[in-house]
Amino acid sequence: MRLDDGASRAHYQRYARWLEGQPADRLAQKRAEADALFHRVGITFAVYGQEEGAERLIPFDIVPRVLPLSEWTQLESGLKQRVRALNAFIHDIYHDQQILKAGVIPAEQVLCNSQYRPEMQGVDVPGDIYAHIAGIDIVRDDAGEFRVLEDNLRVPSGVSYMLENRKMMMRLFPELFSGHRVAPVDHYPDVLLDNLRSVAPIGVADPTVVLLTAGAHNSAYFEHAFLAQQMGIELVEGQDLFVHDEAVFMRTTQGPQRVDVIYRRIDDDFLDPLVFRPDSMLGVPGLLTAYRAGHITIANAIGTGVADDKSIYPFVPEMIRFYLGQSPIIGNVHTWILRRKEDKDYVLAHLPELVVKEVHGAGGYGMLIGPAATKAEIDDFRRQIIAAPDRYIAQPTLALSTCPTFADLGLAPRHIDLRPFVLSGRDVTIVPGGLTRVALRDGSLIVNSSQGGGTKDTWVLEN
Amino acid sequence: MLSRTADHLYWMSRYIERAESLARLVDAHYRMSLLPHSVETLAKSLRSTMTALHMSEAYKERHETIEPRAVFEFVSLNRDYSGSIVSCLRSARENARAVRGSLTSELWETLNSTWLDARSLTARRSPSTDIGQFVEWVKERSHLTRGVTIGTMMRDEAFHFSRMGTFLERADSTARILTAHQSDLVPGAKAEEVPDPFEWSVLLRALSAFEIYRRVYRDVVTPFKVAQLLILRDDMPRSLLRCCKEVYQNLKSVANQQSSETERRAGEMHAMLHFTRMEEITAGGLPQFLEQFLARVRDLGERIATDFLLPPAEA
Repeated sequence: MRLDDGASRAHYQRYARWLEGQPADRLAQKRAEADALFHRVGITFAVYGQEEGAERLIPFDIVPRVLPLSEWTQLESGLKQRVRALNAFIHDIYHDQQILKAGVIPAEQVLCNSQYRPEMQGVDVPGDIYAHIAGIDIVRDDAGEFRVLEDNLRVPSGVSYMLENRKMMMRLFPELFSGHRVAPVDHYPDVLLDNLRSVAPIGVADPTVVLLTAGAHNSAYFEHAFLAQQMGIELVEGQDLFVHDEAVFMRTTQGPQRVDVIYRRIDDDFLDPLVFRPDSMLGVPGLLTAYRAGHITIANAIGTGVADDKSIYPFVPEMIRFYLGQSPIIGNVHTWILRRKEDKDYVLAHLPELVVKEVHGAGGYGMLIGPAATKAEIDDFRRQIIAAPDRYIAQPTLALSTCPTFADLGLAPRHIDLRPFVLSGRDVTIVPGGLTRVALRDGSLIVNSSQGGGTKDTWVLEN
Repeated sequence: MLSRTADHLYWMSRYIERAESLARLVDAHYRMSLLPHSVETLAKSLRSTMTALHMSEAYKERHETIEPRAVFEFVSLNRDYSGSIVSCLRSARENARAVRGSLTSELWETLNSTWLDARSLTARRSPSTDIGQFVEWVKERSHLTRGVTIGTMMRDEAFHFSRMGTFLERADSTARILTAHQSDLVPGAKAEEVPDPFEWSVLLRALSAFEIYRRVYRDVVTPFKVAQLLILRDDMPRSLLRCCKEVYQNLKSVANQQSSETERRAGEMHAMLHFTRMEEITAGGLPQFLEQFLARVRDLGERIATDFLLPPAEA
């Protein structure tokens, strides 16, 4: 928000003036109001490993994160480019595997990856789209450049917070919105539904779309219910669906009804107990048969995890060159691949200053943050790396950009990232902005909600 | 709509209605406990009410004697007993949460804040928690929930399943309250022969029928008229006839290919109450009538479940 000399950056100036004029007690009161509202509306997430039915709020910060239109426009084209390449990659991997034949990515990296689904080999999906909904995590590096930290192509979540945070800001501070031209985001559910309908099986004129959830005890249940309601589609659990004659039906009070598109919010492993985990109670037996027969669209497609795995991430810029013949608009964060000997040697020599991530880990678990780790933790990680270097990548500790955030002692800088949601179907679309996550502990770089992160409203300012 | 959704909506409404019925009973007995009168009468009424509601066993596991204060707390605030008012409010909210996408946000927020308030109330409960105030509040929340349902929900299947739950539960509850007092509803008994007029006020108040009775009969309270009002008056909102009529009408609006027998039975029940007379019921014996009625309500509930809520995989 501020330059080195303490002055506000241009697009924050109007907001900074407003903020200075706000008495502290009014802001404190608005924060309390926000908490009470989130509780009443039930915008909560379930916490794993705690008392059953425990629901917590994701802390909401009332200071927005602001992006000028010029920066957003560049980010938007970079995101579209990246997701197009990722979809082309997944299609290629499950068909001709040209990128492997060309030697751009080592074949065993892909084919021996636990996220590679041989069941998908040769299966055609409508429009060749696999990652219909992608959440791309973006950070800024030391030079202020945007970089992709991570691609989320399986069941990315968080978009409901993007929408609810905006609603909350407008409710708490309506005066801010008359003074700023903030690009709206509330049409996201319409765009999402349109996108899902556009990828229905060929020949279905008026497709029935449903949202498949693991149920009310899932950590993201609020979001599932919220999106289903906003789109006006049924929120189904595995037990509500069944497969008959290679087609999917839902059980309704008026008998079985055909389903054409499943926006699923459960992992591949749980989708079909006949093919994947046999103990899954969340899925639909026979779903994959209907899927392979082309009678149902599953969004995101099965097997997208092979493209967002941390071991594949370093190759995404190469994919953009390979499939699109373009140079990447947004780069990756520099990444050392520990299966390469010279990378491993460098990383082992520099552990205290790097971030080391397990390639299959998710949610901020299984990682080492060098600067914040104790000597014992570093030694422990060193042993793990030496034992299985293939399982790790390393990145520099980014000076993630910061944004003023309400902390216990008033406004203080906190690290943030940004997750825009990229929708692919007939076209590639992004509503302006995304979910800004913020690390609430001083100095912390972890923004995951399961690890004490919070969220902010994200503004793209129109000129 | 999804069968599972219908199931949750139906139970959501049943639990809210059950919470209200219990609150009414506690309220009536609580008022009675504030008046100077025989302790034995109050205990007797509490005992027969708990028996009719199948609560005695669970109560006896926790308390040795029927003590009004202990009964009120047990029925109202005990979070470990699944039949208590707070537990009903939690179940209503859990059912609503499972299908919050099918509810209007107003309805969901009403049910959610009811539960959040009930939870914080029971969490920091002091010995002086005012039971009278609590049950009054429960009634208000139930009124509000019903009002929001009627005022905001589309008149589609979701609405009809929710209403069906409400009225089936209410029919069951009214019949049980009558059962608890059936010994006082002896045919032909005169007002002055009734052991304790307090019992009448309990019964009538618990069903919001005290004022209606006065308006309808402009007469002293007699067992015969009380029974007639609570069983056969079509314009009495908690009477058995009224409840059966609503169940039947909502059932007709959601009919499917396999529900015709269920509809027939609901219609038969409604017709029986519509065309019978009090003399006929008393001739066969009121206890037998109530027992049979409760069995038919249970049957209807089971049939609704199989026809709509848990249909076989492939029809």
